Amino acid sequence: MIIILTEGTNLGTKSRDDGRAFDELRPLTIEAGVLERADGSAYLEFGGNKVLVAVYGPKESFIRRFQRPDRAYIRCRYNMAPFSVDDRKRPGPDRRSVEISKITAEALQPAILLEKYPRSVIEIFIEVLEAEGGTRCAGITAASVALADAGIPMRDMVVACASGKVNDEVVLDLSEVEDKDGQADVPVAIMPRSGKITLLQSDGSLTPEEFEKAVDLAVEGCQSISKVQKEALKNRYGE
Amino acid sequence: MILVKDKDLVVPGEILAEEESHAGRGTFKEENKICSSVVGLVSIRNNKISVIPLQSKYIPKRGDVVIGEINDIRFSMWGLDINSPYSGLLPASEVFGKEKRELERVFDVGDVLFLRVIDVDEVKKVKLGLKGRGLGKFKGGILVYITPTKVPRLIGKKGSMINMIKDKTRCDIVVGQNGVVWVKGKPDMERIAEKLIKMIEEQAHTSGLTDRVRDLLAELTGEEIVSHSNDKETESETIPSDDSKDQETESDVEEDSQNDEKDQLETDEDQDTQQSENDDDAEEVVADEKTDATEDADKPDKESDSKEEKKFSPHKIIGSKFNFNLKR
Amino acid sequence: MNIVPEITRKSITDLINNQERADGRSLNDYREISLETDVISKAEGSARVKIGNTQIVVGTKSQLGDPFPDTPKVGVIITNSELLPMAAPEFESGPPDEHSVELSRVVDRCIRESRMVDLEKLCIIEGKKVRMVFIDLHILDYDGNLFDAAVLGAVAALLTTKIPKITLEGSEIVIDAENKESLPIRDKALMCTFAKIGDNMILDPSIDEEEILSARLSIGMTESGKICAMQKGGATPLTKEEIMSAVKLTEEKTKVLMEYLP
Repeated sequence: MIIILTEGTNLGTKSRDDGRAFDELRPLTIEAGVLERADGSAYLEFGGNKVLVAVYGPKESFIRRFQRPDRAYIRCRYNMAPFSVDDRKRPGPDRRSVEISKITAEALQPAILLEKYPRSVIEIFIEVLEAEGGTRCAGITAASVALADAGIPMRDMVVACASGKVNDEVVLDLSEVEDKDGQADVPVAIMPRSGKITLLQSDGSLTPEEFEKAVDLAVEGCQSISKVQKEALKNRYGE
Repeated sequence: MILVKDKDLVVPGEILAEEESHAGRGTFKEENKICSSVVGLVSIRNNKISVIPLQSKYIPKRGDVVIGEINDIRFSMWGLDINSPYSGLLPASEVFGKEKRELERVFDVGDVLFLRVIDVDEVKKVKLGLKGRGLGKFKGGILVYITPTKVPRLIGKKGSMINMIKDKTRCDIVVGQNGVVWVKGKPDMERIAEKLIKMIEEQAHTSGLTDRVRDLLAELTGEEIVSHSNDKETESETIPSDDSKDQETESDVEEDSQNDEKDQLETDEDQDTQQSENDDDAEEVVADEKTDATEDADKPDKESDSKEEKKFSPHKIIGSKFNFNLKR
Repeated sequence: MNIVPEITRKSITDLINNQERADGRSLNDYREISLETDVISKAEGSARVKIGNTQIVVGTKSQLGDPFPDTPKVGVIITNSELLPMAAPEFESGPPDEHSVELSRVVDRCIRESRMVDLEKLCIIEGKKVRMVFIDLHILDYDGNLFDAAVLGAVAALLTTKIPKITLEGSEIVIDAENKESLPIRDKALMCTFAKIGDNMILDPSIDEEEILSARLSIGMTESGKICAMQKGGATPLTKEEIMSAVKLTEEKTKVLMEYLP
């Protein structure tokens, strides 16, 4: 009974729909310290993604069962605005956002010197205002900047980026269309100084060789994003 | 080998030095490398590298003086918000001795107190006390909140900064080490003092701040702007020659402010007696302060690099707040 | 449970009794206001509004749905708000609490009762299919006076909303996503919020003022000067004189706010 006419979004014959090289990132900008009330914050635009992160803490924890006698614990909430996607998303957490919240906290945790603040809590709120593929990575990258902005001591920043397989080619930083129509998606987060991996997922079909290539490509992407993170923090206080 | 310069702005994970140096606060050692753990300014003193954070929460330390707000009254103690991940407790015995009294008749929820941290135990219970000169309840005035790491900057060398504001605004000012500042004077002067305290917080890491504070003070209080040639002298006086001297001046500052506060703080009668009893505590107070001063000595001190190194633009640091569609 | 220090309460009240405010405004001034529209390309309409440091992003989306049985001929507007935990330390995650529900309902009332959108034109097939327009208020930074910011943002988003053209071909509904049209807008309405502190009513309370207010009054008014919504908050009564002088001021101030609209 209902017919919907839409603009075509299928992948063309070109290797990438937006004309990027296989190892090219979408345009990226990060700004630190953008909110008034939060202890730390960051705003990130990555391609068509718009992500805002606020950090509160370390603050007193009132939930006893989460308290740790020797360190702080992290509460992370990844949330998508109802208007951030093509079809309105119902407000509130769903299974996807719960999973992403969990792995985001785990991706950030190895970098944070939690032992400095026993019994307290560090809260990270990630709001996706507009989504265009790769929001979990964008969220982690921005969250790390917001944590640093809040003055939370860390061993290193955490930076994330996805790679994947599209049209039988391993490429860096999948766009929304590539993510939907591609063959595999591999989000990776690293601590750039050591290169150690703190988040890894793989969704799709890859040979071990392709997988290795994908990880290498993602790590390379993370390293360039890491420079933008550092600039954002320095810009907050300098020129 | 040290890879950074004094007062460089660094971010977490940045490598500061390889071997041969001592890792101070704001840093950590990993595989013979010293790395920064925070966003802050590098401070190199006698082969010890530290990073002074530009933002941080207050972590209570024994001996600190703090400003707290009562948010709870329990059977034999008050609960206080001390602008920290850890809340404070003021036991009734600290106020009454062994006498039993109704707590809310002395201090009520919403009261603001100047207190000393007596003890922080292993479960981070922060015990507070009121024994000591100048400690007690505030009446009137306003509260200004700043990042605790900026407290030494607000006080300035030998109290130069805070005293300048006190003089020009004729306000009483008490600075808690937890970043809470109490200001009392004429209402318009309170607002001017607040504005200046906020400005110092935002520009704490920049050079030539004393001049800008002086200019703004003169402008806002409508006094004549003093010529800058005089300032140069004062400025050179404030350049620290060595660390130990630094520390002494800091402790002086604290003592000064304590003395000032004595008259300013109106305390309940109970405290008045308490205070006279404990006047000899004052010695101890000053001694305690020295430990703080050690920390304070590595604050982002500023004036020393005044003219040649203009790394940071003071006007940009106030969070530009984000623009949507940054790339447009 | 945010406890305001007694001396803070006193200093703000004393200032206002003296016709002054902590941030230097007069009692009837707004803080700085900024408004941008079309900030979210995936939304059909969007706006980012700031009043002081209060910041809200509003997005609209439309979809087809069933009309309410008692109003078979009109479309539906649904307003939803999230007081995100990012916006203030006292906001908690979880389902909308009473503050969030009140905000959504007041914004909804202001827009609906102003008859700003011609809902009859949103009807596709009477009794069967109508357009539903969702207004989602995303509160990013809470620094007082969410009501005025939310209405301003929601109205701006509605004014810039572009929905797909819908035509009927026999019994088939054809949604043409490539050809978009504006919403059928008839009027505009905005809201002014007052707080009673001491013996005075002040416009656009900041967070510090909001925390100590004894009563709050929000007044929605259309461009033509009709009162379309009102909400009193706070447990202290107001006099009729106080209310009427607020209404009078709203007439003047909504005109100023209108100039920010696209």
